[in-house]
Amino acid sequence: MVLFLAKRTVGLLATLLAVSVVVFLVMNVLPGDPVLVILGIDSTPDAQAALREQLGLNAPLADRYVSWIAGVVQGDFGTSHSFGVPVAGLIAERLPLTLALALSATLLTVILALALGVLAGSNHRKPGDWGVMTLSQLGIAIPAFWLSMLLVLLFAVKLRWLPPGGFPGWGDPAAAARALVLPTVALALVQAAVLARVTRSSMLEVLRLDFTRTALATGLSRGRVLWRHVLPNALVPVVTIVGMQFANVVTGTIVIENVFYLPGLGRLIFQAISNRDLLTVQALVLLFAAIVVTANFVVDILYVLIDPRLRGRLA
Amino acid sequence: MNSSTAIAGSLLGALLLTAFPAWSKTAIVIGMQQEPTTLDPTSDATASIDGMLTHNVFEALTSVTEQGEVVPSLARSWTVSDDGLTYTFDLEQGVTFHDGTSFDAADVKFSFDRAMGADSVNPSKSIFEPIASVTVVDPATVELKLSRPDAFLLFNLAQGDASIVAPESVELAKTAPIGTGPFRYDSWTRGDRLTLARYPEHRNAADVQLEKVTFQFIADPAAASAALLSETLDAYPGFPAPEMMAQFEADDRFAVEIGSTEGEVIMAMNNAKAPFDDVRVRRAISHALDRTAIIDGAMYGQATPIGSFYPPHGKAYVDLTGMYPHDVARAKELLAEAGVAAGTVMTLRVPPFPYATRSAEIIQAQLAAAGLDVKVENVEWGFWLEEIYKNLNYDMTIIAHTSPNDMGNFARGKSYFYGYDNPEFTALWDQIKTEADPEKRDALLKQGQEFLASEAVHGFLFQLPKLGVVRKELSGFWKSSPVLFQPLAQVKWNG
Repeated sequence: MVLFLAKRTVGLLATLLAVSVVVFLVMNVLPGDPVLVILGIDSTPDAQAALREQLGLNAPLADRYVSWIAGVVQGDFGTSHSFGVPVAGLIAERLPLTLALALSATLLTVILALALGVLAGSNHRKPGDWGVMTLSQLGIAIPAFWLSMLLVLLFAVKLRWLPPGGFPGWGDPAAAARALVLPTVALALVQAAVLARVTRSSMLEVLRLDFTRTALATGLSRGRVLWRHVLPNALVPVVTIVGMQFANVVTGTIVIENVFYLPGLGRLIFQAISNRDLLTVQALVLLFAAIVVTANFVVDILYVLIDPRLRGRLA
Repeated sequence: MNSSTAIAGSLLGALLLTAFPAWSKTAIVIGMQQEPTTLDPTSDATASIDGMLTHNVFEALTSVTEQGEVVPSLARSWTVSDDGLTYTFDLEQGVTFHDGTSFDAADVKFSFDRAMGADSVNPSKSIFEPIASVTVVDPATVELKLSRPDAFLLFNLAQGDASIVAPESVELAKTAPIGTGPFRYDSWTRGDRLTLARYPEHRNAADVQLEKVTFQFIADPAAASAALLSETLDAYPGFPAPEMMAQFEADDRFAVEIGSTEGEVIMAMNNAKAPFDDVRVRRAISHALDRTAIIDGAMYGQATPIGSFYPPHGKAYVDLTGMYPHDVARAKELLAEAGVAAGTVMTLRVPPFPYATRSAEIIQAQLAAAGLDVKVENVEWGFWLEEIYKNLNYDMTIIAHTSPNDMGNFARGKSYFYGYDNPEFTALWDQIKTEADPEKRDALLKQGQEFLASEAVHGFLFQLPKLGVVRKELSGFWKSSPVLFQPLAQVKWNG
């Protein structure tokens, strides 16, 4: 287990290092000058030169990368060109919202998908199955931003039950939770549609296996067989997909945060890329990469917890 | 009144305030499309900084009214010498910055020297270029010596770029700005909102009704519309989507105001590059453009066509929209004359603004009718600034020029992205910018408009409208924007 963890950590660091080099190069190849973005089209060449000097953009590319990475290793992500404040602070004030949104959306995805997937799988070729399949087809077809707009029109504009967007801060937890309801639903429904289908197929696979028939033959109730015997055995592919979906949800927050004007990381990265704010983009991409890699790591651990047969593989 | 009755009185007052919010509504939530990354108008060109802070938090020597007239602000009055080279400003006294430090002539000198200095990063450093020196005569008097007369100086000194800052607090300007205005900066939750609070020590504080102003950043038009309809926003003075105006007009909670801005929308042509260096080609393209169809299609009819580079609401405006009537046959003729073959491929590189991307598709079809094969390329803003603006790597583009008095763009020479260099126009502009007599200046400005139209330097499309959606009970919002700022001191809830 220790060896496994060590291997994964080294892998994680190597991935992040590679990501940082790629982002640094891409951001520098991408046409766009942070100085022009800040000073606009009426600025004079000498003011542009003065700002370029102040921001340290005249140093060679390699030097800038090395000094940046040296800072990161010591926990210093530098100061944002466009915001004029430390990058770490910018991210810290926004991370809780994005994490809360991504985790709540994933949780809702799993709950909905398991309920619907089990319903469909256990009612194979019956109305319940058809209903779930039709709904999930719809869910997959609807883009999240459009679903968001429909939800806002119904629940915020028409019924006035929930706010149309914005975030009041964590000071008032009830208001904060209310603000996250619609974004969570908008993010989760599409993912749940996909996951419900996976759960259903996986359930059908396991339902065909001999041990299911044996369990039923011993006189166990249908519900007990479904939830205690079939579902756990059907979970491995489901967990794999959840891991991939978590990455989708994290990146999906970029769109959802714009639709619901939430002050999260998604909006920050959007703004940072437009402003060619290299250091902020770098740090954010690294963070997103780290979140995704960590999610995959958690999935690997979950495999082992779900399926004892895999335990030998960790040695 | 003893202290206990005072306490009881204020408690009762507080109770009344909460019990009858309609009586005492003093807070407002305003929707903004663009969120800035810093808050200093003297070091960042982002228009929303001016939109929120200029003449609200920061003040300048002069200000500008909705009609574009220059009026006093921190300078109570001023005199100009006969040769137009010496400006003497008589400053307001007893003014304090929001941190309690006092304002005087030394702050003016500090602000201007900072904007003019060698290491200045002022986004409009050029407006200070005519100023040779700033002298503190006494704490209430400051004198500017100019190296040449400048007709626009007083107007320019009203802009956010010329905001008066204090040496004690300028370091904070980017994140927690301190000015002398009727509102002080209160807080900023990045990605979400910025709030201002009334500054009770301001000289006109008695006339300011709003106690709290919240700017909420909502870029997406659908989200902004939902926020207005669900009453979480009270006003959206620069609404981004003309197609949504109808639903607000039909809603009796809102007043829809369609005004003008200083933004001339042009389809710029790279005059430094063939075939656009040939005036016949530029005229052909002007004939091929149908402004009415562009305005109907891209702006839902909510814009005024322009035939040159000057706003229709301006005093010196001449209507030149008839100079190149929409005439495809004439366009083809001129193109043939210039030797541009039918099917010639041109690119139209468009920045990510709705007015531009929507106009582009219509223009593509109109130029196709004249036999030109236009490839539309949608580019991102950073890309536009680098490739089109800085490197002149383009054939045609669409852009709004939102600065006031910006006809001088055409005198900026070949390195400016127009690629246009005409000594005759440059000489005319030199005359315009130094002509002190308003009537003579207006006559010259008319001449300038005619010159640019006859040269067909660009395809002149329309004046960018200001689309405002505000609650009916609110008054005091500007309908038109002659400048980038929007003073809120006179905004009030009625009834």
